[in-house]
Amino acid sequence: MIVCSPYMKDMPFSHPLVIASEMLPLNQSLATVAYIVAAVLFIFSLAGLSHQTSAKRGNLLGIIGMVLAVGATVFGVMNGGYLWMSVAIVPAILIGARLAARLSMDHLPQLVAMLHSFVGLAAVFVGISSHIEPGIAVPDGEMLIHKIEIYVGVFIGALTFTGSIVAFLKLAELVGGRALTLPGRHVLNVVLMLTCVALGIWYCRVQADDALVPLLIMTTISSLIGVHLVMAIGGADMPVVVSMLNSYSGWAAAAAGFMLQNHLLIVTGALVGSSGAILSYIMCAAMNRSFFSVIMGGFGSGAGGPAAVVEGTTKEFSVDETVAMLDEAQSIVIVPGYGMAVAQAQHSLAEVVKTLLKRNKEVRFAIHPVAGRLPGHMNVLLAEANVPYDIVLEMDEINEDMSDTDAILVIGANDIVNPAALDDPNSPIAGMPVIEVWTAKTCVVMKRGMSTGYAGVGNPLFFKDNTYMLFGDAKENVDAILRGLQR
Amino acid sequence: MKVGITKEIYPGECRVAATPETARRLIGKLGFEVLVESGAGDAASFHDESYREAGCTLCDEATEIWTDADIVLKVRSPQDHEIEQLRAGQTLICFLAPGQNEALLQKIADRKATALAIEAVPRISRAQKLDALSSMANIAGYRAVVEAAGLFGRFFTGQITAAGKVPPAKVLVIGAGVAGLAAIGTARGLGAIVRAFDVRPEVADQVKSMGAEFLMLEFEGDEQGGTSGGYAKTMSKEFIDAEMALFAAQAKEVDIIITTALIPGKPAPKLITREMVRSMRPGSVIVDLAAEQGGNCEATIPDKVTKYEGVHIVGYRDLTSRLAHTSSQLYGTNLYHLLDEMGGAEKFNVEMTDDVIRGATVVKDGQVTWPPPPVSVSAAPKEKVVESVAPSAVVEKKIGTLDIVLMVIAAVLLVGVALTRDQGFITDFTVFLLACLIGWQVIWNVTASLHAPLMSVTNAISGIIIVGGMVQIGATNPVAAWLGALAIFVATINIAGGFLITHRMLSLFRK
Repeated sequence: MIVCSPYMKDMPFSHPLVIASEMLPLNQSLATVAYIVAAVLFIFSLAGLSHQTSAKRGNLLGIIGMVLAVGATVFGVMNGGYLWMSVAIVPAILIGARLAARLSMDHLPQLVAMLHSFVGLAAVFVGISSHIEPGIAVPDGEMLIHKIEIYVGVFIGALTFTGSIVAFLKLAELVGGRALTLPGRHVLNVVLMLTCVALGIWYCRVQADDALVPLLIMTTISSLIGVHLVMAIGGADMPVVVSMLNSYSGWAAAAAGFMLQNHLLIVTGALVGSSGAILSYIMCAAMNRSFFSVIMGGFGSGAGGPAAVVEGTTKEFSVDETVAMLDEAQSIVIVPGYGMAVAQAQHSLAEVVKTLLKRNKEVRFAIHPVAGRLPGHMNVLLAEANVPYDIVLEMDEINEDMSDTDAILVIGANDIVNPAALDDPNSPIAGMPVIEVWTAKTCVVMKRGMSTGYAGVGNPLFFKDNTYMLFGDAKENVDAILRGLQR
Repeated sequence: MKVGITKEIYPGECRVAATPETARRLIGKLGFEVLVESGAGDAASFHDESYREAGCTLCDEATEIWTDADIVLKVRSPQDHEIEQLRAGQTLICFLAPGQNEALLQKIADRKATALAIEAVPRISRAQKLDALSSMANIAGYRAVVEAAGLFGRFFTGQITAAGKVPPAKVLVIGAGVAGLAAIGTARGLGAIVRAFDVRPEVADQVKSMGAEFLMLEFEGDEQGGTSGGYAKTMSKEFIDAEMALFAAQAKEVDIIITTALIPGKPAPKLITREMVRSMRPGSVIVDLAAEQGGNCEATIPDKVTKYEGVHIVGYRDLTSRLAHTSSQLYGTNLYHLLDEMGGAEKFNVEMTDDVIRGATVVKDGQVTWPPPPVSVSAAPKEKVVESVAPSAVVEKKIGTLDIVLMVIAAVLLVGVALTRDQGFITDFTVFLLACLIGWQVIWNVTASLHAPLMSVTNAISGIIIVGGMVQIGATNPVAAWLGALAIFVATINIAGGFLITHRMLSLFRK
């Protein structure tokens, strides 16, 4: 086959086997092998994270892999700058450790978003640095592809950086959580993208010294795209945004790997990139929305007609009535939402659960995949409050048990328990799987007031016959319930 | 739109089809005018004055109601002279037992009227609030225990007193439907030891949740007693023999037996033989809730309390009427929900496309419409799953335009990769694709509860970009080196922060 190739005679004679015969220096060779081990450790790390029992080991393997990778780079790949490297690394470790150690779990989503922005920023730095002076020997014939790699790497990096910053600001509630829908925003995105492509052609055609201008212009435009993309995505879609940025940060690392011809970077970046992509996909599936429509922003633009107007009267429960309901119920399911996190009610809630469990009642949590602002957000909060993870179930595991449940406590959740998603085909959230709390015997919804959820959709659940509202601050109400139960 | 409520004329019937409270909702929420026959609620302790306060118009004669009302609400089936007063276009809603009363339906049809049988409301979850059978069964179950307690000469609960020890009563409940479960709950509430039996093994959990012991039948074979409608069905000969042996053994031990075994449209099965009654201790009580359909006990005499060989046997068919206040309230609420489903006063309509209304309607404008086409009930979810899975499987196989476009794009890109003729790049690309696939495979198995730690560990791992910074920091150009150092700096924050936060998160999870 190879012999038949008409291009064969034009190609530089660079068959890998032939390169191998040119005897690498031992340290480089060792570094390459160490890279393989590090890559395998990363794979095992991610695999370990798939189950509670092996998760801690997974994290440890990741740390070992990282230390190995950095060590191998120091001894086998680096050529100078050791002093500056230590100057950069030591304070960074302290800052990172301090950030992580002092953070309360309620602020987890914004920290994760901020960390993503660092990867994007690093990718931009590496790309521009690599443009100024390639850290590897690039043969003349491969200059074009090297330039494209730098360009793409910087593009993804800048987009990840600003996108993550905006996500951070939104999650920390420093800017409004609602989706910003500029008129003609799709056109704007396309125009910006095309401009980047045009700049890319300019970048590839000029000499290296002049090429910095288009590269920097593109970095600016790409940053704008990042800001705009994330601004256009609203509150309930934030888990998707976070996992999407996670994915982007992986692709940014992979792109850096291409420009530096470093396989470890490529493998790791690809692992992270595809993992983030799958998480985004799982989140989108949980909302029955296409990935594309989430990424493109706005909410409910695809609905076919006016959604049914939701009206009726609600029935209120006092704390005492709620306590009485819990007293009588044998099986209880608690459905937490973002409101629980906001009110910091998880610790009191855990006490309530403990009290109920002591009375031999069956108490379980039902977690919707997109509850909260980060995939798995609720699980972490409940774990923090010492709720055993085997009573925390996923929506699919528990939905069919709902009709046999005596009492449901919905705390600060709205859209994820909205029956309109199943009943009303014109509802903006139509088709989104929801936790079917209304099939249980009694359902108490703890809420601040009658406002709609992030999707801005009215909730017919509140008007069902077996639904009772318990208005007020979630934390105060849970505390009051706890006192009531302990009386 | 006028709704009329007549006084029940069936002997001993104390219930009424609307209470002042449900009438108030019919008027206030649904916009009906409500006519009430004077004295209609007396037997259930709802007095005319309360109805008037609720906004009802009181009529002295039932004939006024039959003439004026568009909808007549009743409890019992109408008597012949009532049917004669029905007029065309009028709607009658009450218990009609359509399965046993074809002649009655025909008589109603001859009057060109419409009739809804409240017991024919299909048992689907949407119609639970209209399910008067369940409301009434619940009351009957409660009342059965109260009747038994009245006749039983001992405490239900065991006590140790200064005057000696009193053993608790043992109660056997046969049939764990709504009535059976209510009886279990009531008997448990009084402190008795309760056992229950049902041919449907799937109700065992419900029985246990009410605090009773579920008696399992030692029986070869896997016969299931449930039907798609959630009711019991007739069982095989062998099954019945085993069942009877169980009852015979239990009869010797228990003090009170409450039987609620009914098979729709058939006479009640005889489960307690005279011999079993004889084997019970004197003073024991049997309450036969199936007396309406002939009784589960051979010695039951309908409507009577009798004593057979020293055992009290309660054969009342009107247990719900004996708790008239509550049963009127619940029945009235069921009717309120039915009228609500039918559109209220404004849009009142006997909508035959609605499964619930269609099921309940037994005569429509002079046509007998009983029996309704079958509505799938408990079995429905299973069937639905099959239906919905099949088409989606077909869709998956079909290759849409989008797939073709994606494939073409992929092909063009791959050719583009080949055209670079760059050995290093193609190798990199191979590694990249394979790593994507590995990531794809590995991540699918992650449990949802670990998504947050997974995200933060992948975030830490993506700090591998530090390697890029380390390569660049050795550059001779100071700007390039500086940028490399900065990259190392931010990537390190990411690595340290990411791994540490993952560690913290994971140490929170405990079993």
